[in-house]
Amino acid sequence: MAEIQRVGEVIEASTTGFTAQCYELYQMPPLGSLVRTGDSAAELYGIVCNAATASLEPGRRPIARGRDEDSEEAIYRSSPQLAKLLRSEFGALVVGYREGDKLYQHLPPRPARIHGFVYQCSSDELKDFGKSFNFLNIILNAHLPVPAEELVAASLRRMSQAHDDQRAFLVAAGRELAVLLGGNLNQLNAILGRIKL
Amino acid sequence: MTERLGIIVSGSLNKGVEVRLDSSASIEDMAVGRFVTIEGEKRRFFGMITDVSLGVTDQRLSLTPPDVSDPFIAEVLAGTSTFGTLHVSPSLVIGGDAAAMLEGPQPVKTIPSHFSAVKLSTQEDVELVFGTEDEKRFFIGNPLDMEVKLCLNLEELVKRSNGIFGKSGTGKTFLTRILLIGMLQKSQAVNLVFDMHNEYGWAGTREGGPPVKGLKQLFASRVAVFTLDEENSRHRGVSTDGVVKIGYDEIGPDDIALLRQTLNLTDLAVEAVHQLSRRFGKSWLEDTLALKGAEELPEGLNVHEGTLLNLQRGLATIQRLPFIEPHSPANAVQAILEHLDRGINVVLEFGRYRDITAYILVANMLSRRIYAQYQSRMEKADAAANESMRPRPLVITIEEAHKFLNPEVAGQTIFGIIAREMRKFNVTLLVIDQRPSGIDSEVMSQMGTKITCLLDNEKDIDSVLAGVSGRNELKSVLAKLAAKQQALIFGHAVPMPVAFQPREYGSARSYRDFAPRKDAEEDIEKLWD
Repeated sequence: MAEIQRVGEVIEASTTGFTAQCYELYQMPPLGSLVRTGDSAAELYGIVCNAATASLEPGRRPIARGRDEDSEEAIYRSSPQLAKLLRSEFGALVVGYREGDKLYQHLPPRPARIHGFVYQCSSDELKDFGKSFNFLNIILNAHLPVPAEELVAASLRRMSQAHDDQRAFLVAAGRELAVLLGGNLNQLNAILGRIKL
Repeated sequence: MTERLGIIVSGSLNKGVEVRLDSSASIEDMAVGRFVTIEGEKRRFFGMITDVSLGVTDQRLSLTPPDVSDPFIAEVLAGTSTFGTLHVSPSLVIGGDAAAMLEGPQPVKTIPSHFSAVKLSTQEDVELVFGTEDEKRFFIGNPLDMEVKLCLNLEELVKRSNGIFGKSGTGKTFLTRILLIGMLQKSQAVNLVFDMHNEYGWAGTREGGPPVKGLKQLFASRVAVFTLDEENSRHRGVSTDGVVKIGYDEIGPDDIALLRQTLNLTDLAVEAVHQLSRRFGKSWLEDTLALKGAEELPEGLNVHEGTLLNLQRGLATIQRLPFIEPHSPANAVQAILEHLDRGINVVLEFGRYRDITAYILVANMLSRRIYAQYQSRMEKADAAANESMRPRPLVITIEEAHKFLNPEVAGQTIFGIIAREMRKFNVTLLVIDQRPSGIDSEVMSQMGTKITCLLDNEKDIDSVLAGVSGRNELKSVLAKLAAKQQALIFGHAVPMPVAFQPREYGSARSYRDFAPRKDAEEDIEKLWD
């Protein structure tokens, strides 16, 4: 269970997604990874669909500081306040939830709670979640800041790494996509091109 | 466990059902003619694959094909965006409840519901439909691509006239041998085989292989070989049971009428034969040939000089046949009938006289006389209301059947009558032919069971399938049969049409399989010693 990693805290939540701030600058989970928040009564699963690092205050943009420094690390060393003035956040698209032992791949009855801890899912959880591909439909139909095919491909690639037979998993997912995208060949081809091994 | 092929997605009773293949089933493993089982909600349906096609969910896929050199893409698309479909004609159905199970498979009156699973038929399915090998059923081969024994109810088969068709070299003769053995073993019927090419009685030929054994070699005690050409039979080492000679006086005007085409006679000449035979009586043939011209004709006979010449030329052809003698010493018909009565199958070899004139003449003459005997015996038995007086069912096997049964002569030849009147007098035909389109359509329609090897002439295919339900579907199956050792059987004796591969014939093992009974086994052992 060591790999379970707390990656942040919810700072904004809606039925379809939530935004979390990372505890450490730049420590956001990768695009497409599966994260989890909520308590034992209802755990929400989200797929990281967007991440950003910006100034704490919206009106105050960072300025360039590295003219006299040798390396990028040196900038942060000489201005330690930077880590406090900047913040990394990531957005997650809610793709399912767990109530008790049952895992559902549709929208939860209630959104995540603010300040709920966000964890990166273990590979066992990934395997469990990957048993069904209903979440693909949620991604394909969501309004996303990134192209849906990018997110689908990224999430499948990450999920496949948890599986022993990566190829079989991806083929099964591809088949599901072929059905979902029966009328949209270009999108299907774009995704298949991004997930092939 | 049976492999699921796919699910029903659409269809109608008339046109058959469409099956969408599962991605796990490769379309290349499918084949028309295969026997499949459809598991409906309440009933099980049995049918045959009659067409195989490809489908796509999006037409653009066929316009801009994806990069299938990538195995991943190919694997994903196969069975999802691109898929195979089968066209299946259901022909039989069996209900799920106990009563329906007892009743056995019935002809279909409905089709399975949407998304019913389609599977390749198992051995149990085939046995349920066609039965297992027993005292009436004979193992004739395996359904295509299956290791199951396909059995044919020969008792039923011999109740009607039957046909075996196929192009030259497709295995008609082998199939006929198998059927003859089947009849010999499993039915009460006896066979009279007019063996034009000396294939059935003793050793037969095989393309690119050693000769195969004939019926007499396998079942010596139940088969008699008669020959027209004693010298040739002796030369080939055939042990014959009789020599058939035909006397001039045995040839009647009807026999000549049948030979009109082969002897190149005019209609008037055929007409004259009737007049001459009325006038001269039994010796008409000799007397006619002795005439030197029209002026020698007896009073009151109105035959033109040219007609007489035409007739004499034709009769001379008959006279030249070596087995025709002025007076035949033995009554061949009686000898053959005696054998048939004892339940012994008779094969009549033609030796070197493979000429179609000889064949038509002899087959027609003998059959007519035998049939007349059967008719009178049946009538006597019926009059006495005594079943046991009825003669044994007789099956007459003829080759080159279109010569006897073409529309012009079918009305006159005895075979036309036998084919039409069928089993009323316990005589049926087994017709072997390569040109079924040449056979009178009325005769074709009366045939109970038809077994056909590959045919590629459109007319022939149409005439074989005329009047069969689902003929368009069967047509595609028939046209795609392998050139050798595959056949399609349909009609009276089988519950549904099925394409099959005839059982092996020609190896030592196959001979042993054909003869499960003790005495036959001993006979065969002797042969191999």
